Amino acid sequence: MKPKNQRLALLSAALIAVLVAVLLAMWGLKDRASYFYTPADITAGKAGDGQPVRLGGMVKRQSIRRDADGVTIRFVVTDGKAETPVMYRGIVPDLFREGSGAVAEGRLQGGTFVADTILAKHDERYMPPQLGNLSAEHKAGKTLQK
Amino acid sequence: MTAEAGLAALWLAAGLAAYQFLLMILALRSKIAVARPMRAVAVVQGGLTLIAFAMLLLAFARSDMSVALVFENSHSAKPFIYKVAGAWGNHEGSMLLWVTILAVAGSFVAMLSRRTSELTLVAGLGSQAVLALGFYAFLLIASNPFARLYPPPPDGQGLNPLLQDPGLAFHPPTLYLGYVGLSVAFSFAVGALLTGEVDSRLARAMRPWVLGAWIMLTLGITAGSYWAYYELGWGGYWFWDPVENASLMPWLAATALLHSINVLAARGALKAWTMMLAVIAFSMSMIGTFLVRSGILTSVHAFAIDPERGTFLLALLGIYVGAAFALFAVRGATLKEGAPFELVSRESGLVINNLLLSVILGIVFLGTLYPLFVEAMSGEKLSVGAPYFNAVAGPLALVLASLVGIGPLLSWRRERRTIWGQLKVPALLGGAALAITIFLAPDIGILPRLGFGVAAFLAAASVLPLIGRNPFRAPLETWGMVIAHFGIAVALGGMAANTAFTSERLAVARPGEILSLGPWLVQLQDVTPTAGKNWTAVEAELQASRGAGAVTLKPQTRYFSNPPAETNEAAIQTFWNGQLYTVVGKADPSGGWQLRLWWKPFVTLIWGGGALIALGGALALFGRLWRVRRRRGSSAQWRKERYA
Repeated sequence: MKPKNQRLALLSAALIAVLVAVLLAMWGLKDRASYFYTPADITAGKAGDGQPVRLGGMVKRQSIRRDADGVTIRFVVTDGKAETPVMYRGIVPDLFREGSGAVAEGRLQGGTFVADTILAKHDERYMPPQLGNLSAEHKAGKTLQK
Repeated sequence: MTAEAGLAALWLAAGLAAYQFLLMILALRSKIAVARPMRAVAVVQGGLTLIAFAMLLLAFARSDMSVALVFENSHSAKPFIYKVAGAWGNHEGSMLLWVTILAVAGSFVAMLSRRTSELTLVAGLGSQAVLALGFYAFLLIASNPFARLYPPPPDGQGLNPLLQDPGLAFHPPTLYLGYVGLSVAFSFAVGALLTGEVDSRLARAMRPWVLGAWIMLTLGITAGSYWAYYELGWGGYWFWDPVENASLMPWLAATALLHSINVLAARGALKAWTMMLAVIAFSMSMIGTFLVRSGILTSVHAFAIDPERGTFLLALLGIYVGAAFALFAVRGATLKEGAPFELVSRESGLVINNLLLSVILGIVFLGTLYPLFVEAMSGEKLSVGAPYFNAVAGPLALVLASLVGIGPLLSWRRERRTIWGQLKVPALLGGAALAITIFLAPDIGILPRLGFGVAAFLAAASVLPLIGRNPFRAPLETWGMVIAHFGIAVALGGMAANTAFTSERLAVARPGEILSLGPWLVQLQDVTPTAGKNWTAVEAELQASRGAGAVTLKPQTRYFSNPPAETNEAAIQTFWNGQLYTVVGKADPSGGWQLRLWWKPFVTLIWGGGALIALGGALALFGRLWRVRRRRGSSAQWRKERYA
C-alpha cells in the first residue's frame, strides 16, 4: 500500500470505529438505562410494570416489616409527597435504616416495588446527590406536620 | 509549623513550574541553549512536592487536629496505618498525592531520559510543568490541604469505616501512579508534536512510562476489584460503578497505546495514531479524576459535593484536552506516515487490536457519561449499569480476547507463511471446552459459555510464540507478552466460572442449624459479641464441610462510633477450586440470624489473571530497561553532546 493510501485507510478505520461505538452505545442505552424515580413519579405512573428503574427516597419511619422467612423485608419509601411499598429479599446494606435515604434498584410489580439491590447512604456525611433536595423537602414537610 | 512548610513548598513548586513553562517557550522560539536549567528545575520541583506531601503525612501521623483536613478525616483512636492512609483518603490529600506523583515523574524524566532530542525533551518537560501548574492552582486556590483551625478541636471526626482497610492504603496510590504515568506519555506526545520529531526514538522514550503506568493501572484495578469483593459483602467483583469505569477507561486507552507504541518503535509507522492515543489515554485519566473528585457521581468515592471544585477541575480538563487536540489537529496532518505494511501483517493485527479497544472504550465512556448528559439536558435522572455494559461491551471483549491469540503469530510488514496450522490445537481445545459446557451445563448463559471456549483457545494460543524455538533464549519481552496474554485467558475463565457456577443461599439460621450450599454443608455454631480498637461487632461462627474435614469461618457485622457506621465483614475461605464467601446480617426476632452464603468456583482466577497480566508487563519492562542499560554509551559523552 502507498503511504498516502495507508493513511487514508487508517483514518477511515478510526472514523468507522468511532461510528460503531456510538451506534452500539445508542442501541444499548435505548432500553438498558434505568431511570431514577421518586415515589411521586411512581404514583404519577411514569414507570411501567416490569421496567427496570431506580427508586429513591427516605425509608418511612416504623415501616420496616419482616416476612416469616426472615430474609424478606418490606418497607415504604417516601418523598414527602407520595409513598411506594418496597419488597426486598436479602441482607440490607450497612446503614440502611428508617428515616434515612435509600435507593432501590428493581421493577414495579402490581403496585409493589420489587428490589434486586438496595443502596443506602454510605456514611453520615454522604448523601446521594439525587436525594440532596429530597431530604430538605422531607425535613420541611415534617416541621410543618409538627 | 509543618503545615506552613508544606504550603510554602507547594507555592515554590508552582513558581518553578511556571518558570519551566517560560523556558519551554523561549527554547522553542529561539535556541535550545536557553533551556539549560530545565532538567535541574524539574528535579527541584519534584523534590518540593515530596516535601509538601511528607508534611501532610506527618500531620496525619501525629493526629495534629489543628489542621482542618486532619480534623475532618482522622481520629486519634484510629489504628496508625489508617491515620497515615487517611492523608490520601480524602479530597485535598488525594489531589496533593496526584500532583506530587506528576511532579516526581517529571523529575525522573529529567534525570533519566536520553532517547529523544534535547529540544523534544525540553518541550515535554515544559508540558508536564504546565499540567502540574493547573493542579497547583487547584490545590492552592480551591482545595488547600494545609488550612488551619483555631482553636484546635480536641479530636477528629474519623474516616469512613468502609475505607479503613489495608486495601485502601495502597489502592488509590497505585491507581494514581498509573494515571499520572500516562501524563508523561501525554507530555512527550505534546512535546514531540511541538517540535515535529515524532519518530521511533520518541516511542522508545515513551514506552517504559506507558508500560509502567499500565502495570500500575492493572494492579490498581485488580486490587480495587478484590477490595470491592470482600469489603462490600455483596459477593460481586465488578459493579460497573462510574468510579470503577473511571479506572477502566484509562486502562483501555493505555492498553491500546502500549500496542501501537510498539509499531512506532519497531517500524516507525502509526505516528499520528500513537500520538492521538497518548493524548486520549491521559485525557481519560483526567476524566477519571474529574468524575471521582468533583462529587458529580453517586458513589462512596464522592467525598464532598462541591460545585466550585467540580467546575475548576472541569475547566482544567477542558483546557488541557482542548489544547492537546487543537495541537494535534494542526500538527497531526504534517506528520509523515512511516513504513508501509500489508493488509495481513502484525501492524494490521495491532491496528485491529487498537480499533476494538477503542470501540470498547467508546462504549464504556458513553455509558458512563450518558446519565450526566441526560440530566444536564432534560433534568431526568437515570443510571446505566451492568445490563448495558455486559451486553454491549461483553461480546466485543470476547472477540478481542480471541484475536489476542492470533495477533502475536503474525510477522511485521507482510505475512508470508500461513499461520492456521499453528492454531489447530488451540482451536480444537476451544471447541472442546464449548462442547463440554454444552453437555455438562446445558443451561448457563451464552456469554459465560463462549467465555469458556475463548479462554481455552487463548490459553493454548498465547504460548505459541514460545513454541518452536528455545524458550530460554527468547527475550524477556516475549515472555512478558505470553504471560500477560495467558493472564487474560485465566481471568476470563474465572469470570465465566463465577457467572456460570456460583451457588448462593440466603436464609435465617438458629445456632446449630445446618444449611446446604452447592457441595457444602454449613452449620451455624454460635453468634458472639466481640470488639476491636474503634469498633464493636457481632461475630458468627460457621463450620463448613464437604466430605472429610471442616473449616471455620467467622463473618462479622461491625459497628463503628467515629463516625457512626456499620459494615459487613465477610469471611472468605479460599480453596484450590473456589471460594466460600459468608456474610452475617441482622438478628431475627425469632432468635435466628440472617446468613448469606456463596460458593464461587474458581473465582480467584479473576484476580490471579489480573496479577499475571501485570507480571507480564513487569517482565517486558525489565527486559527493555536491562537492554538499554547494557547498550548505553558513556554518560560524559552524552552530556557533552546534548546541547551541540
